[in-house]
Amino acid sequence: MADMLFTAEGVTKRFGGVTALDNVSMQIPRSSIFGLIGPNGAGKTTFFNTLTGLYQVDEGKFTFDGKPLNVKAPHEVAQVGIARTFQNIRLFGEMTVLENVMVGRHVRTKAGAFGAIFRTPSARREEAEIEQRAHELLEYIGLSKRAGDKSRTLAYGEQRRLEIARALATDPKMIALDEPAAGMNATETVTLRTLIERIANDGTTVMLIEHDMRLVMNVCQHIVVLDYGKKIADGNPTQIQKDPAVIKAYLGGAHETTGAGAGEKA
Amino acid sequence: MASLMQIQQKSRSQIAVLIALGILVVILPFLAGMLGQAWVRILNVTLLYVMLALGLNVVVGVAGLLDLGYVAFYAVGAYTWSLLASAHFNLHYPFWVLLPLGAFLAALAGLMLGAPVLKLRGDYLAIVTLGFGEIVRILMNNFDKVGLPWSDETYNITNGPRGITGIDGLNIFGFELRKGLDVFGFQVTGLQLYYFVFLAFAILSVIGVYRLQHSRLGRAWQALREDEIAAKAMGINTRNIKLAAFAFGALTGGLAGGLFASMQGFVSPESFGLLESIMILAMVVLGGMGHIPGVILGAVLLAAMPEVIRYAADENVQQKIFGTVIIAPEVLRNLIFSLALILIMLFKPAGLWPSPEKK
Repeated sequence: MADMLFTAEGVTKRFGGVTALDNVSMQIPRSSIFGLIGPNGAGKTTFFNTLTGLYQVDEGKFTFDGKPLNVKAPHEVAQVGIARTFQNIRLFGEMTVLENVMVGRHVRTKAGAFGAIFRTPSARREEAEIEQRAHELLEYIGLSKRAGDKSRTLAYGEQRRLEIARALATDPKMIALDEPAAGMNATETVTLRTLIERIANDGTTVMLIEHDMRLVMNVCQHIVVLDYGKKIADGNPTQIQKDPAVIKAYLGGAHETTGAGAGEKA
Repeated sequence: MASLMQIQQKSRSQIAVLIALGILVVILPFLAGMLGQAWVRILNVTLLYVMLALGLNVVVGVAGLLDLGYVAFYAVGAYTWSLLASAHFNLHYPFWVLLPLGAFLAALAGLMLGAPVLKLRGDYLAIVTLGFGEIVRILMNNFDKVGLPWSDETYNITNGPRGITGIDGLNIFGFELRKGLDVFGFQVTGLQLYYFVFLAFAILSVIGVYRLQHSRLGRAWQALREDEIAAKAMGINTRNIKLAAFAFGALTGGLAGGLFASMQGFVSPESFGLLESIMILAMVVLGGMGHIPGVILGAVLLAAMPEVIRYAADENVQQKIFGTVIIAPEVLRNLIFSLALILIMLFKPAGLWPSPEKK
């Protein structure tokens, strides 16, 4: 068995009478690209939110990097080594491209107000390191030329990539991308795909929550499919594509949920 | 190479502007002194407003937390000085105790305000901070008859609406600033000396706020302002940095308050009303939120403008132009002032001098 970075065991989350996640288990091997898919309302986001500390699980547990993952507040997740991007881009619009990435270094640095006001040698050194690392990451995603521009002036695809760079700046062990291809054109998606593969090659595990089936099938080594809060399939892309339960969930079939699932096919 | 030359030329012209500005700032109190000491006082108050606007800018402009009760911290600083350096309690502590103490107590008040409003944003935050400002003012107003449940005696702490008079001035190691100074036969008045002390503090505030803004903490504040959820996902402990923003903003306000009391020699709750908070907020917004040069410009303009209008809209001026006084000068003053604010917001919605698009 491969070295697992992340495991979820029997995770259940209820909202009143609704079971949003029902006994979900999964394993993500280190340095792999892992896909989490499912029709709208399948529980992908709920899973993601419990993982990132926004909700507390009712049952089950997560293990991350060999230790139980037990986050009480969203800001602790980055500390542990999980970084994320957002479905609806959430950049710091009035800050420059470089500053956005520099904010990502926050969790790995520690200079406080005293160091800032008196410009202590250690604070200055740290600041220089932050800036250098941010420049490296902009180079990595190919946005160096825009470093000084306000991030809201970037094109859509560039904003997506900047969000990834900002997440990478936290030195994550796993980066979770929430629908990174949403709204992208074909060229932008290809650039994104190359970037995702490069990130995994460089040793950061990627968790991809995505609707773009072509991207998921092309890039992921391992996929889990959720439907109505339950895990309905688990395997490599070839297995997933043939899985009758997945086909039924996405295309309907003799299922009473036809309407809910069918419209989702991206 | 050409671009390098340009940069050098640009920085050279910038240095020239800075030197000119420096000279102007130094001779300004003497120019104002020729018009009368009242004008020097206006300059001094303007410098205090610069400090206040810079402090509020940390909270509102950088961290994006709308605070409508900022003047409360100014009051805390002013009352700390007034109570501990006046005939009221017959205490006369030196400035190097009182200024840090006032700043510290104001920062503490900032934390007290910050803690309960951590989860509030926007309008709701504004309402609570507004209430906080009023609470502090009303406390000052009513703490002249503080009773204890177990005794009939009442204690006069703040002297209520009558305020505190006979407050000590700045005494820098034996030298009483109010007395003025005679430099080789050239008279420098007390107010002019205060000007230079205030200027020093204002410059220190600029440096402090600038450095904070361009640090790890400052970036975290901006991230909080731009998107709290994303800031949290980046591992920023938003609770701590919100409290830090309130504390640092308050600290500057407290410092300005102490200086104000030392110059004025008299404080009363009247000086710390809601209108004052709104005035400081207007300086930040009109100048350019989050951009230090803009905020300074806003403070200078808004502090000086009412005074300038006071003279421009004088009865005599109206007499000369119209042959009669059409509008009472006080009404006209407010009218022109409000109109100016509205026009600025209409034509410069991001402020007079907002932060540049490119860095």
